[in-house]
Amino acid sequence: MTTDTILKVNNLHVSFRTLDGIVDAVRGVTFDLKRGETLAIVGESGSGKSVSMKAINRVLPRKNTIFGKDGEIIYEGKNLLSLPEEEMESIRGRKIAMIFQDPMTSLNPTMTVGRQIAESILTHEDIPKAEAMKEAIKLMSLVGIRNPEESSRNYPHQFSGGMRQRVMIALSLACKPDILIADEPTTALDVTIQSQILDLIDDLKVKLNMSVIFITHDLGVVAHVADRVAVMYAGKIIEIGTAEEIFYNPQHPYTWGLICSMPTLDTTDDHLYSIPGAPPNMLHMPKGDAFAPRNAYALAIDFEKEPPFFKVSDTHYAATWLLHPQAPAVTPPAEIIRRQEIFNTFMKQEDGGSNYAYRHTSSGAR
Amino acid sequence: MHIVTPAAALADEKPILSVRNLHKIYNEGKKNEVRAVDDISFSIYPGETFGLVGESGSGKSTTGRTVIKLEDLTSGTVVYKGKDITKIRSSSEMMAFRKSMQMIFQDPFASLNPRIPIKNIIGDALRVHHICKTDKEVHNKVNEMLDIVGINRSYANRYPTEFSGGQCQRIGIARALCVQPDFIIADECLSALDVSIQAQIVNLLINLRKERKMTYLFIAHDLAMVKYISDRIGVMKNGKLLELAPADELYHHPIHPYTISLLSASPLTDLQQERKRHRIDYDPSVQEYAPEVKPAMYEITPGHFVYCSYDEINTYKQAAC
Repeated sequence: MTTDTILKVNNLHVSFRTLDGIVDAVRGVTFDLKRGETLAIVGESGSGKSVSMKAINRVLPRKNTIFGKDGEIIYEGKNLLSLPEEEMESIRGRKIAMIFQDPMTSLNPTMTVGRQIAESILTHEDIPKAEAMKEAIKLMSLVGIRNPEESSRNYPHQFSGGMRQRVMIALSLACKPDILIADEPTTALDVTIQSQILDLIDDLKVKLNMSVIFITHDLGVVAHVADRVAVMYAGKIIEIGTAEEIFYNPQHPYTWGLICSMPTLDTTDDHLYSIPGAPPNMLHMPKGDAFAPRNAYALAIDFEKEPPFFKVSDTHYAATWLLHPQAPAVTPPAEIIRRQEIFNTFMKQEDGGSNYAYRHTSSGAR
Repeated sequence: MHIVTPAAALADEKPILSVRNLHKIYNEGKKNEVRAVDDISFSIYPGETFGLVGESGSGKSTTGRTVIKLEDLTSGTVVYKGKDITKIRSSSEMMAFRKSMQMIFQDPFASLNPRIPIKNIIGDALRVHHICKTDKEVHNKVNEMLDIVGINRSYANRYPTEFSGGQCQRIGIARALCVQPDFIIADECLSALDVSIQAQIVNLLINLRKERKMTYLFIAHDLAMVKYISDRIGVMKNGKLLELAPADELYHHPIHPYTISLLSASPLTDLQQERKRHRIDYDPSVQEYAPEVKPAMYEITPGHFVYCSYDEINTYKQAAC
């Protein structure tokens, strides 16, 4: 695996004009994507994870969407935000493909799936129709659809949810993209099917040397796929690091809350830790840190000023005032302390650490 | 041949709900017959949380809907508090049944009338069941319920569309709870919610179980959550109950190949465990028995039942040791 950066997102701001006023959906998102890595973006609904991904592919409604002035999305040396639409068309789908949560609404119900995949190949490549159809059938067998030849003549409604998602993946792979953005691709699926789809994406990633951005709110899915994890809250990335760092050495109280509120199979406590309250109304953002009103560990400054990113390690950054040298020491929830102990033991054993992190590209920070 | 039913596990206590040989068949006898629930039996005891897991189409929701009489069963018996629910004829009996058993639905938006403010959504349930006589009583009770589920009292005049999914789900829970039921069927009540809200709702359900001795039938597909909340769990597939065991036992010593496969597919929130996890695929041919073989639920270890043929008992028993 190489470690070159394939996509760079810098200070991305996205706002929407609505009847009630301007909603700042994404408020300064910055991250890098390396070639061949899987970056998981975690967050609640409304945290801006889907919007920032749609911004990368420029599939947001042109009307009523406002991009921040100094925001940049650099791909192959070009800023995607300022690219003319015609040039964007040669990138969208061909270089950066997307799969969505609901495969039924993303497929054309009046067209056989084989034709849909072939059509997508034809728009990007100049080959005879029959050949495109053959290519489509090859793709369908690649994503594990049984009897691809017969299935290619079927309509989307004749497939089950899991198979439809496979069709979607075949469709998005039609042009052998560099980057695959998967927006909650398994949320609507059963665990067994979900597990198959995740393994499929992982497999294809290696085969085609793609980078994958995986949007999800399920930490189990994150643990399965991610090399690096970014946690989003209220339109911002609040913590980013390798999967090990986020799972075993999280620094932001919101990440603590997320991890503690999902029971593992061994959880026997009387109560689940839960983050009180609800996400802020994006129309009326509170002053200071957006998470402060729900944050049991909030400091006085959290209500005044938004925290900048503090460096934890070369790969790990978190936006919380708790990391400021002058911040008082706090005791995180018991579950987090348990995890940090695991982290400290395997990071100290030089072998154990590198053995453990064998899957990883060395990843640069934001 | 001795068939042990799950009830034998706790024979000394009387179940609050006992389901025997329940069938729900759509389009029976026609070409497009669907055996949604196919001969399942289980009992739920007072104060217990019974989890039902399975993939979509396994019949777990249909089981829940049949038990609460939203669907009429095809055959079998459902006995709730000593009464056969199919024998309910008069509307007064029906009212008493509904007051005692309530349901929380999966989709929080679809299950609340968008044209009625939430104080009436909850208040109407109180009036219908004659729990409150005067408007003032209704008003107080509605406020009390909103406090319990953690929704600001001042929102009582708002309509469901003005709330988020998590808040709507809590209003649905308030509506189900306000008539003080003894039994609640929670049908995937967490799957529409964000992680942080899920934990709030689960804590609420657990608190209510402690305070009011409520019994739950908890239907879900998130295995970690089901294990966390349930005392006993049943695993369903294709309308059949394949395995039934106490929650810990089921997770640590699953017996049926389908359960093993389902558990192996469930993502774990612990990174180290998750990276070590290997999916075991289920071979559906295990479930195909010759027509002369009559598989049934057999007790493999105490309290742990598996759907299998008579011949398979010994193999499973050896595997369990």
